[in-house]
Amino acid sequence: MSADPPAGTEPRGAHSGLRAGVRAVLPFSVAVIGFGLSYGVLARAAGFPPLAAVVMSGTTFAGSAQFASASILEAGGAVGSAVAAAVLLNARYAPIGVTVAPILGGGLWRRLLTAQLVVDESWAIARRGDGTFDRGRLIGAGLVLYVAWTSSTALGALGAGFLGDPNTFGLDAAFPALFLALLWPQARTARAITAALLGAGIALALTPVAPPGVPIVAAAVGCLMGWRR
Amino acid sequence: MSEAWLVVLLVGAATVAIKAVGPVFLGGRPLPGRVQGVVGLVAPALLAALVVTQVFAKGQSLLVDERLLGVVVAAVALAFRAPILVVVILAAAATALARALR
Repeated sequence: MSADPPAGTEPRGAHSGLRAGVRAVLPFSVAVIGFGLSYGVLARAAGFPPLAAVVMSGTTFAGSAQFASASILEAGGAVGSAVAAAVLLNARYAPIGVTVAPILGGGLWRRLLTAQLVVDESWAIARRGDGTFDRGRLIGAGLVLYVAWTSSTALGALGAGFLGDPNTFGLDAAFPALFLALLWPQARTARAITAALLGAGIALALTPVAPPGVPIVAAAVGCLMGWRR
Repeated sequence: MSEAWLVVLLVGAATVAIKAVGPVFLGGRPLPGRVQGVVGLVAPALLAALVVTQVFAKGQSLLVDERLLGVVVAAVALAFRAPILVVVILAAAATALARALR
């Protein structure tokens, strides 16, 4: 335990939070494994050695950025475009990181490593009704997703267990459905509903004119601007 | 070094840094009051943005396809207070079915 536990943020039963996070994320792990397999296959097609695909899943650990950069290389695009697309897609993790900063205490390395377990799903699962976050749930969900994502990438990259296009199974609808389900209980106050509508509007308006990833960041940042007094 | 490894290293390093910036500089302390007030609104804004882009966007174009049916089914299931797992399975199944029948 860190020398200076943040006041009121270490839950009484950190282990029960951990278990709750693991339980909450298991359903989504199936979809994550489907996409991990297909990412491994795509990465090989784009000229990644199997080890490079697994290292990317273990370090970048963010599906959309990994798919985007591999697709760009596979289509003959430049390294610069692939890196830029991935960085833009992951830029949302800067504001997301700020929202969970209060629960990620401890030494520098501990903060740096636990921050890596933050992905859209673990972040959303860790959010409490009052707008604060649960460290145990974040870490439990993040660890399950990490293992699922890296191991399925390895399987896909080694050519084993390829199931075909995951979209055939509707897995691309599973993620927006998940995010809608996580948004649902939060859309209770007028402020939260306004923020959700504003975020959706900004993202849709910018999609045709901005590179992928930018609309999502703008939705978060635009919301901050709108509410700054 | 191959192009693939270069992408792996650059994107990996950038992402680790992006994810770490908030927790490393602000970690373990309550956010300043002004920030605290708006941070609660980032989640609904960001989740809604993720939903609409994952339903309607394909690269930079907006289009309506089978994903929308899946998410509408999810919304109906949520309105009937279905558990989250059921919601996600119904959405995937509806989208898969619509694609199979197309």
